[in-house]
Amino acid sequence: MSLVLIVLLPFIGSCLAALLPANARNWEAWLAGLIALACVALSLSHLGVISEGEVVRYQLAWAPEYGLDLSFRMDAFAWLFSLLVSGIGVLVVLYARYYMSPEDPVPRFFSFLLAFMGAMLGVVLSGNLIQLVLFWELTSLTSFMLIGYWHHRADARRGARMAFTVTATGGLALFAGMVILGQVVGSYELDDVLAAGDLVRAHSSYHWILGLVALGALTKSAQFPFHFWLPRAMAAPTPVSAYLHSATMVKAGVFLLVRFWPVLAGTEAWSLIIGGAGLATLVIGSFLAIFQHDLKGLLAYSTISHLGLITLLLGIGTPLAAGAAIFHILNHATFKASLFMAAGIIDHETGTRDLRLLGGLWRSMPITASLAMVAAGAMAGVPLLNGFLSKEMFFAETVQVSGGLNWGLPLLATLAALFTVIYSLRFIHQLFFGTLSPELPRTPHEPPHWMRLPIELLVLVCLVVGVLPALTVGAPLHLAVVSVLGDATPDYSLSVWHGFNLPLIMSLIALGGGVLVYGLLERFRPINTLEKVPLLHRFDGQRGFERVLMGLTALAGRINRRLTSRRLQVQLMWLVLAALVAGLLPSLRGVANFRELPIAIDPAFAMLWLIGGVCAVAAAYQAKYHRLAALALLGGAGLVTCVTFAWFSAPDLALTQLAVEVVTTVLILLGLRWLPRRLEPQELGIRASLRDRVRRFRDFLIALATGGGMALLAYLVLTRETGDSIAEFFLQRALPEGGGTNVVNVILVDFRGFDTLGEIAVLGIVALTVYALLRRFRPAPESILLPQQKDDPDTYTPAEDALRGDTMVPGLFMRALMPVLMVMAIYLFMRGHNLPGGGFVAGLVMSVAIILQYMVGGTVWVEENLPIRPHIWIGSGLLLALFTGLGAWVFGFPFLTSHSPHPVLPLLGEVPLPSAFLFDLGVFLLVVGATVLMLIALGHQSVRSHRTWLTLKASEGAADNNRKGALPWN
Amino acid sequence: MELILALAIGVLAGAGIWLLLRPRTFQVIMGLSLLSYAVNLFIFSMGRLNQNMAPVIVDGVLLEVAEYADPLPQALVLTAIVISFAMTALFLVVLLAARGLTGTDHVDGEEGSDG
Repeated sequence: MSLVLIVLLPFIGSCLAALLPANARNWEAWLAGLIALACVALSLSHLGVISEGEVVRYQLAWAPEYGLDLSFRMDAFAWLFSLLVSGIGVLVVLYARYYMSPEDPVPRFFSFLLAFMGAMLGVVLSGNLIQLVLFWELTSLTSFMLIGYWHHRADARRGARMAFTVTATGGLALFAGMVILGQVVGSYELDDVLAAGDLVRAHSSYHWILGLVALGALTKSAQFPFHFWLPRAMAAPTPVSAYLHSATMVKAGVFLLVRFWPVLAGTEAWSLIIGGAGLATLVIGSFLAIFQHDLKGLLAYSTISHLGLITLLLGIGTPLAAGAAIFHILNHATFKASLFMAAGIIDHETGTRDLRLLGGLWRSMPITASLAMVAAGAMAGVPLLNGFLSKEMFFAETVQVSGGLNWGLPLLATLAALFTVIYSLRFIHQLFFGTLSPELPRTPHEPPHWMRLPIELLVLVCLVVGVLPALTVGAPLHLAVVSVLGDATPDYSLSVWHGFNLPLIMSLIALGGGVLVYGLLERFRPINTLEKVPLLHRFDGQRGFERVLMGLTALAGRINRRLTSRRLQVQLMWLVLAALVAGLLPSLRGVANFRELPIAIDPAFAMLWLIGGVCAVAAAYQAKYHRLAALALLGGAGLVTCVTFAWFSAPDLALTQLAVEVVTTVLILLGLRWLPRRLEPQELGIRASLRDRVRRFRDFLIALATGGGMALLAYLVLTRETGDSIAEFFLQRALPEGGGTNVVNVILVDFRGFDTLGEIAVLGIVALTVYALLRRFRPAPESILLPQQKDDPDTYTPAEDALRGDTMVPGLFMRALMPVLMVMAIYLFMRGHNLPGGGFVAGLVMSVAIILQYMVGGTVWVEENLPIRPHIWIGSGLLLALFTGLGAWVFGFPFLTSHSPHPVLPLLGEVPLPSAFLFDLGVFLLVVGATVLMLIALGHQSVRSHRTWLTLKASEGAADNNRKGALPWN
Repeated sequence: MELILALAIGVLAGAGIWLLLRPRTFQVIMGLSLLSYAVNLFIFSMGRLNQNMAPVIVDGVLLEVAEYADPLPQALVLTAIVISFAMTALFLVVLLAARGLTGTDHVDGEEGSDG
């Protein structure tokens, strides 16, 4: 359980840190520091178990059928790493407290820093491959956020994006590799994978796994040729550079290589890829570091080269080399983190990081200078410091594996060590010696003691480990090495003096040669005068990266332009064609076993659809220029559809279709008022172009094919026996369980009540949207004027219309008809559960009754005499339906379970009163509210625009405007 | 009967698709309505064509499933009718607002090539 806590605590802290006020530096630091300390303590609490060589595990089943569990696993290696991550975390938090200026928004900083700590601990402690990748990507994400912390700076944004692109791409490759690895092993649990090394190495997918995992690890650890992101990540605040980009996150790559060393290492391909990348990075990185003028840039390239050294050690493939790699991971973390912090202090105190400007700082900050010099000595591999020990081991290994005539590897290793000595010397010499430049932005002096404390502690570690290795890191290092290598753990000795042997000679050559070369360079060709790196300045990688990104963007744009269109017609055409193909393929198979059935044709029905078909085609023909005619024809087709429903035993459908048809027609009629007339081409003297004709012909063919396809499909289905239907279920249970004899209605309000609840919610939302859209409706200017038929001073003015209604006699009739229609609606509603009817159709009839009053009675008059609040109807309908459903919970049944009691009432006797009845009442209320709201909202536009019309009429331009109405798009 | 209904569905769908591919918003709204007739009839016909046997149970009469019209497609179509009504209403208002805002009734909101 405490394993989960180690990972979880930083994330909790991250959330808390984000909530603190912007200037709470102390609070933030306390919070983050205590959490990091807690992680240290929690890790240490496992010391007992770990020191016995045991593995601590914690598992929580999540999706076991996919092999996905929350799984944490801590062996000695993971334990060492979690101590490193949380321990350096404590120091970095302390340092950051003093580094961040009061103007910086610290909650964001500490929040991401803690999130990163959690993600990194997650990587280290994951016992499941997929989980590991997840945390891995989280570290990339938090790293992105932290590099881009000062997001007002262009270099920070660019650096963050580059780092994220490179490491996250590698993370994707790693993910693919892990999936393959899990498939090969048959389990995603780390324990199973670690035990299956022989199986994996012998498997045919081994090279894929190795390549993909290597991509992930090499990008993360900034190995050649992916190293270029790390120097650009130096735009981050220095605590971030010290923590993420030297001590921990970049170590995730080599951590991964160590973790999977027992599974993947030991083949030729492994040595070639990992060793090759490591060697190239080691040499190139150390060479490039010499010529950096930016203090952090020098340290970044140095980090790259040291990571290369670790990678090379792992690539060598001998157990001893792997042990040395683990040792160097720890050593590098201590001296490089302290160097970064020192660089941060120098930057902080002097205001610049440019090595060409800096110098003579020894006198103004002697303590920091001494600390930095010791750390730089460790970096250069000076004896009695920790860097020396692992470097000696590295040399010994290179000698060990080469032998014979093949001296390339030891030679290159010595060369890289020589470069390291040069840049370490340059670091020390240029910063602390010489004269203090008067051009410095600030006068430097020692930083606050607390800011220096982390460096002091880290340098102390460098020293103590360097002098007394076996006593200090001996035991934990041994445990870690054993936990990775198991039985293959070699004998090794952690002592400073191994006698006068070849590795020592290599060290001496590197040290002496480095000093000599640096001295010569300073005398004849000072590095400060060099504008760019000699020989290798092309190994920058940035240009390649940008070229790849630009190429990808251009390619995506081209594909996008080729394959997509912003025009609706094109999109719809492809949609229709896709549907046509998708529908046609299976039905063609149906044609093959086509069975002819006797065809009975009822002449009346044929006649009916002759009318219906003519209506549909004519509506299609007229819809462009004669909208009213098209609407009438559409209504014709709708009525025929309605009769068809009635014909084939679907009275409910027929009723609903009829009511909907009426309401839709009224609605579109109200809308047509605001669509200016469209002039026919003949009137305008335009002829359709050839392209238009071709397009129309193409669309005609598509319509023909789709219509034919639909007809074919329908015919194929209709002439076939029904298969097993679930209709039986509903028919048998409607009465005993639903309490109604009209099965369609029982399905709607009972069996599939949840669907209906969703549907009425949609209806309510649509009504409110329509209302909202129309509140600020600006009709087409050409349609604001009164229609010709109404623009006659002898008849009523629009205002009078709205007050009294247009026509008196029909108005009176309609007023009388209203109660009749309402009774009709109630009748349809009441019988709905047992006979055709129901809430939908009753609601539509009710709204027709209301809108009829509007149409003939005059808007103002109706609203004065018939107070209707459609919003309230919508709300109460939805709530009633919802609460009816929720009522089932009170009795301990699932949502929307219905109940049909048969209470005996006075006078009426036994009355069936199912709860679905209440639900249907909700449907009824909502349908009335929604329909009336939409109709009124549209109808009201006349009242609103008449006001506009009056103001227009008052101005002189009215007559001109009337003529302007005859524009081509009318 | 089956043949006629199949042809009817085909004609409605064909007319609907033709209008759907037209450039004017009002044509598209008409097309969607015609298409929804076609689709509703198509779904409805999945229960096969039954005459004189509504899905209303007579209480007390022994149940023989084959004697009733299939209630399931009917319930589905009933829902579809109401939803297509809502869609038509919404589309109509969007159409009107777009006409007012853009000054054209082209589906792309700007006069493209006329078809």
